[in-house]
Amino acid sequence: MHKKQGISVRTVVAIGIGTAIFFVLMRYIPIPTGVPDTNINLAYGFLALMGSIFGPVAGGLIAFLGHMFNDLTWGEPWWTWIVADGIYGILFGLTKKYLNIENGGLTKHKLVIFNVYQIIISVLVWGIIAPTGDVLVYSEPASKVYLQGITSVICNALSVGILGTILLVAYARTRSKKGSLKKES
Amino acid sequence: MNNNVLIGYKQRDNFVDRLTGTTKLIGLIALSVIGMTSFDTRFLLVLTVCSLALFRVSGIKFHEVSFILGFITVFSVLNLIAVYIFGPKYGVHLYGSEHVIWQGIGPYNLTWEQLFYEFNLFLKYIFTVPLALIFLMTTNPSEFSSSLNRIGISYRISYAVSLALRYIPDVQNDYRQISRAQQARGNEISKKGKLTHRVKVAGQILLPLIFTSLDRIETISQAMELRRFGKLKKRTWYAARPMKRNDFLALIVIALVVLVGIYLFKVNGGRFYNPFK
Repeated sequence: MHKKQGISVRTVVAIGIGTAIFFVLMRYIPIPTGVPDTNINLAYGFLALMGSIFGPVAGGLIAFLGHMFNDLTWGEPWWTWIVADGIYGILFGLTKKYLNIENGGLTKHKLVIFNVYQIIISVLVWGIIAPTGDVLVYSEPASKVYLQGITSVICNALSVGILGTILLVAYARTRSKKGSLKKES
Repeated sequence: MNNNVLIGYKQRDNFVDRLTGTTKLIGLIALSVIGMTSFDTRFLLVLTVCSLALFRVSGIKFHEVSFILGFITVFSVLNLIAVYIFGPKYGVHLYGSEHVIWQGIGPYNLTWEQLFYEFNLFLKYIFTVPLALIFLMTTNPSEFSSSLNRIGISYRISYAVSLALRYIPDVQNDYRQISRAQQARGNEISKKGKLTHRVKVAGQILLPLIFTSLDRIETISQAMELRRFGKLKKRTWYAARPMKRNDFLALIVIALVVLVGIYLFKVNGGRFYNPFK
């Protein structure tokens, strides 16, 4: 047998299909907020699910590629936010071990911790990293990009908090707990 | 859902079309990054004109992209207005001088510096548009992933990108079908329905969409494993094309443009070109 190299086949496929869904959700079903270029994105609820099932590599790449394709179809690759999105995906991927959702390890307590964590990383990524990148790279007025940032924090945290939580619970129901089968004597 | 540029690839027999995906990919990344960092108006103007000229050469028809262009214009203008509302004196602050054209109320007057700064922003918003559209509409998706592999990205990731491009139309189709099925059951997602109702219906569409796709991940990865995907260090690509003379020429031109951009940082003593000094 060959030694396993790099990421698994399942992760490769998850990145591919995940990116496709992320792209479709971001491109066709955004709910505008009134602040230019800032939408409520259902894609982030989905990203939370993919990150927690497939881990940081998948989460990061799904968000990075999905956002990049979305921006390319509008003709303006906005690199600072694309990179920020990648970081957001990686941070969601880090919950994989803790949530242990694939082996049915999801509990109410873990869901609450997950939601606290997602609010913290939303603030970190959309409130700090993305707008600061805009100020440094695009040299836009700080007050404008921080307003966009704060709006995104609220929208994305809501998307993850509502849709993400629903998806996690629904997915967890389809998985059975590890060791739940007993041998009949 | 109709204006799908991403899968708008069509063979067009011209100079731009014959370049390999690798060249176009490097070009798009290099030019958009240098254009993103530079605030030299002359440089941005030349970039914009060149990318428009390239767009003309690429043979993409205006009506194929007119919807996108309209949308981008509206958003760029909204963005520029937002910049003005939140930082009416930002240009003055950047260029360190103030030439008032029109005295307004409070901080909201119109200065040449602000206009000039926003003009720079405008150029930055629009110069990538022709490049990105050319890239999307003249690059064969399978060749695109072979190009990613050639510029040093692992073939597993490149293959994931190619899977994504392959499955975007499928996912769109699934979405459309599920949403029609829900509409047939009286669940309205379009603007006709009430907002709370629409949110609920959106959930009813998303859940099946996402869960069928998760099943699909299992099926595809099993099929790929059966075909021994990922067992070896390297992989060849059916759609890969060899680099030709024109590719090298194009890459040299791109390198020159990037070098000029970097050289201008030095000339201007920073990223900004300041005509007000």
